[in-house]
Amino acid sequence: MILAVVLIVIVVGSVVFHFLNPWMLTELASHWGSMDAMLHISFLITGIVFVAVTLFMAVAIIRYRHREGQRARFQPDNRKLEWWLISATTVGIVALLAPGLVVYSDFTRVPSNAMEVEVFGEQWRYSYRYPGPDGVLGYADIRHIGAGNPLGLDPTDPMAMDDVVVHDDVLRLPVDRPVRMMLRSKDVLHGFFVPQFRAKMDMVPGMVTHFWFTPTRTGRFEVLCTQHCGLAHYNMRSHVEVMEQDEFDAWLREQETFGQSLAAADNDEAPDDLVAMGRSLADSEGCLACHSVDGSRRVGPTWLNLYGSEVTLADGSTVTADEPYLRRSIQEPGAQVTAGFSPVMPAYSFDQDEMEALLAYIRSLSEDADQE
Amino acid sequence: MAYVPSADAHAHDEPQSFVTKYIWSQDHKVIAIQYSLTAIAVGVVALVLSGLMRIQLGMPETDLVDASAYYQFMTLHGMIMVVYLLTALFLGGFGNYLIPLMVGARDMVFPYVNMLSYWFYLLSVLVLMASFFVPGGPTGAGWTLYPPQAITGGTPGAGWGILTMLVSLAIFIVAATMGGLNYVTTVLQARTRGMTLMRMPLTVWGIFIASIMALLAFPALLVAAIMMFLDATLGTSFFMPAIIAMGREMPHEGGSPLLFQHLFWFFGHPEVYIVALPAFGLVSDLISTHARKNIFGYHMMVWAIVIIGVLSFFVWAHHMYVSGMNLAFGFFFAISTLVIAVPTAIKVYNWILTLWQADIHLTVPMLFAMGFLVTFVVGGLTGLFLGNVVVDIPLADTYFVVAHFHMVMGVAPILVVFGAIYHWFPKVTGRMMNDTLGQLHFWITFLGTYAIFFPMHYLGVMGMPRRYYAYEDYAFIPQSAHDLNTFITYAALAVGVAQALFLYNMFWSAFYGRPSGGNPWRATSLEWQTPDTPPKHGNWGEKLPEVHRWAYDYNVPGVEQDFIPQTEPRPDSGPPHDRQHHAGEGRS
Amino acid sequence: MSFWVDRSHPERGTIEPSRTGDRWPGPPERPKLAMRGLLVLLVPLTSLFGLLISAYLMRRHMGDWQPLPLPWQVWLSTVLLVLSSAGFEWARRAAAVGWVDDVRRGLLAAGLLALAFLGSQLWAWQQLQQAGLAVATSPSNSFFFLMTGLHALHLVAGLAAWFRTRSVVAGKADPAAVQSMVQLCAWYWHFLLVVWLALFGVLLFVA
Repeated sequence: MILAVVLIVIVVGSVVFHFLNPWMLTELASHWGSMDAMLHISFLITGIVFVAVTLFMAVAIIRYRHREGQRARFQPDNRKLEWWLISATTVGIVALLAPGLVVYSDFTRVPSNAMEVEVFGEQWRYSYRYPGPDGVLGYADIRHIGAGNPLGLDPTDPMAMDDVVVHDDVLRLPVDRPVRMMLRSKDVLHGFFVPQFRAKMDMVPGMVTHFWFTPTRTGRFEVLCTQHCGLAHYNMRSHVEVMEQDEFDAWLREQETFGQSLAAADNDEAPDDLVAMGRSLADSEGCLACHSVDGSRRVGPTWLNLYGSEVTLADGSTVTADEPYLRRSIQEPGAQVTAGFSPVMPAYSFDQDEMEALLAYIRSLSEDADQE
Repeated sequence: MAYVPSADAHAHDEPQSFVTKYIWSQDHKVIAIQYSLTAIAVGVVALVLSGLMRIQLGMPETDLVDASAYYQFMTLHGMIMVVYLLTALFLGGFGNYLIPLMVGARDMVFPYVNMLSYWFYLLSVLVLMASFFVPGGPTGAGWTLYPPQAITGGTPGAGWGILTMLVSLAIFIVAATMGGLNYVTTVLQARTRGMTLMRMPLTVWGIFIASIMALLAFPALLVAAIMMFLDATLGTSFFMPAIIAMGREMPHEGGSPLLFQHLFWFFGHPEVYIVALPAFGLVSDLISTHARKNIFGYHMMVWAIVIIGVLSFFVWAHHMYVSGMNLAFGFFFAISTLVIAVPTAIKVYNWILTLWQADIHLTVPMLFAMGFLVTFVVGGLTGLFLGNVVVDIPLADTYFVVAHFHMVMGVAPILVVFGAIYHWFPKVTGRMMNDTLGQLHFWITFLGTYAIFFPMHYLGVMGMPRRYYAYEDYAFIPQSAHDLNTFITYAALAVGVAQALFLYNMFWSAFYGRPSGGNPWRATSLEWQTPDTPPKHGNWGEKLPEVHRWAYDYNVPGVEQDFIPQTEPRPDSGPPHDRQHHAGEGRS
Repeated sequence: MSFWVDRSHPERGTIEPSRTGDRWPGPPERPKLAMRGLLVLLVPLTSLFGLLISAYLMRRHMGDWQPLPLPWQVWLSTVLLVLSSAGFEWARRAAAVGWVDDVRRGLLAAGLLALAFLGSQLWAWQQLQQAGLAVATSPSNSFFFLMTGLHALHLVAGLAAWFRTRSVVAGKADPAAVQSMVQLCAWYWHFLLVVWLALFGVLLFVA
């Protein structure tokens, strides 16, 4: 009897919770309202079944709970009822599936006027690429990745020359224009998800995946990784800024193209500036994915003001972050782990010049701070 | 190899020494208990891990676990619950104990292989536990072990941890195969006189079909595990494309991470039903027995199990709608997935129709069965969201998925496990479990898990991604969601602690419980008709039982007693003699 | 077996009378059980090799695939395995009619041929290694080593059974037991032959 009451409370409570809880969908910012509609249809149909089944149980328990002398009815089956139930279920399933597949076929068909934008994922940050005036993303492969070419664009592909690479910055999209996101990954599986856009897709190394949507309102939204990609998966994030078309065009025009940055790199070949070389090395080797240079906490300790500071190690002892310490931490990361961080950094072996450059860069991050 | 007596007349000789009786035992009942206790022990580990994860999610300020420990706990929790607890408990525990007793056999047909199966299982568990102590700790790749990240440096335990996990899985698969071989062959070959396939209790049907599925599905995991092992150790490129991980080029080229996902889910989805089908079977028998009514639509129930078993091999890629596979596959897998809802719905209808016009005894096993129904209905219905490809796209990899699969293949089967343990405990030990503690355990577990997982769906609808160590500074996640997370953690800890009631009850009752007699629930199926309780080695004494009817003769019209055991002969053959029931004549 | 309860006699209080009870084959008997057990075992093995082949076919479509020049030794292996299987068939037929000497000869020949098969496979491996085609050199190599390796492992397990069978035959055991064991070995060998032919065919024709 208590059970029947509890079941009724669960039904009523669940329905009330559904309508009153504050954690429903975020405000839609893409044209995928049809996905939201499908979600609500699903809630409606399954909600009816849930209420019906649970209330039926409650009534059955109230009416047929054991009393002295009670007998159950011997009823092996009931063909008519079962056919009826199977039919009703099938109708319900079709009601869910048919509109769902219609919407899905929209999802699989990218409009021909969609703008292509590339998202490039690596542990644990996003970069972006725009096709430039020719509207075509140039060929890229991770084999071409190197200093000054973090996304691995093919330097011999003319289509790549006008591409605009956005590294360590937000994704900008024009409003009301279909966009086809081309997804690539440098290392492991990642996901690209903006809750307000609804659509998402995994990013798979070795292939290009894609999905499309049309942003429908301007604003700044968060980009999250939705496919477990290692230790800092939870912290792999970025932002997308949806803006008016002319604003977007103006911004894009100002950006340096890949061709321009190649030419610039050719001009000052072999940067004699040790710090600049260190920075580019830290970027291309992926150091900056874990070590911030602005003091924010990522997977590893920040490099801002690291040099010369007192570091508390996992075993409680302290050590000064001088050059030998940094050198050792790069070559044998597991030896002296900073308290509060996981020992996940792989060992790196740089040659003498590279190491000097890297250390110079790290040192510069402290000196700059001192001067300010 | 141990010899199975082929003639009825010979009862088994009891093994004499403690070691042969309880350690190197070939008796299916002892092996079942070994399997169950090991699975429960490893389940406690998984429970503790989930508690630690919940503390991090609900109270991040405690700083109890760091990110790498969090991912390791998450992985181990998932893998243990799905494989080492539920699969092992349903097939190795319940399958081992109940199949021979329910079909009227003296033992499994290959007792020696059965014993080996347990020892391999134990070995796999020990290897798994050893991964806590290898350099770098256990793998933190998530229970799906997706490459490349499972074997690249940015994931905790990417060296030793993942290799230990793969080895442990391979050993487990060997154990499961040896077990499955026994369960299938026993059901096919060792049924007693009169036990036709369509007279078997649904428990046997569920475990039988699940065992066949395990035989077909686990090789997919084995193939995937071997290939990943080679990728990690010899540098092959089955799954590994050319990548630059943590700033270093890896020595791979051209491999396909999606190939792993296909193989994994070709195992992984049937695996869901390998856990669910035994639960379906067990719960059918619990409901029928405690509602004192035949299971409604028995034939339909059997066919539903078979159809679900077959269909479950054609739906795997619904786990991969947003994996980057060819989008056209989505149409096929959405349809096949939603088709599977029909036989599943039939089972739910038949369970609740069994309650109609019944004589419901709300015993502890029955409470758990009812709890299962509610939980399973919620979990099954949310499955319709995720199976319908376009609804899945926004919900994939969010807390909606977490809530869904915990409801449908976590909590629901676990409630059946509890119900079934309360139900069959008297047969295993000859003693009843304590009723008050059982009721308390049920209410905390049922309401607690509902409070944990029902609201969790809405966090997913909002877009909260799963497998996150922390949710700091996400603008779209309001403070209220963090508060809900804290609430869920309290509920989870309460449920976790409440399991101590169950463990205490189980161990205490095994020694001090009220003696139960041979058939405390007045049930019809064969295992309750053994000459001894607990059944002795060989189960049936001098003579194998003979079966004369199905397992669901409850409240047969005209028969005074409200159940007729399967062994009860019809007064004579042929229909006219059955008429006497209608005349109200009692039976001896 | 039907979807519905038998309603032909609605007056019956209980359903589904014992229609098939008389056809009970009796309690399980050892040789028959072992045979059924083996057949059930072939289910996961079929699944294993079938999935391996599916994985091969899927992996083949990736861009970096290069066909593997099969070493000529695999042809020799194939012949050896066919002969080995034939040896077991000979022993099986001899056991069925109780010709113990033929059983012994057949078993010996079959086992030695199986060992020769393994040797030939190893030779093929060595040949590839020498040609600079190691496990990780290219994906088709990896599959070749994986497929042949897994198949060879199962054959080695079969050789353990073969060894036991030989000692049983030598021990002049009861003919029924001999017949059963030889039959099991023969069936397992035929199965491994079919698996090998399937793998070989895939490697040969779908390179």
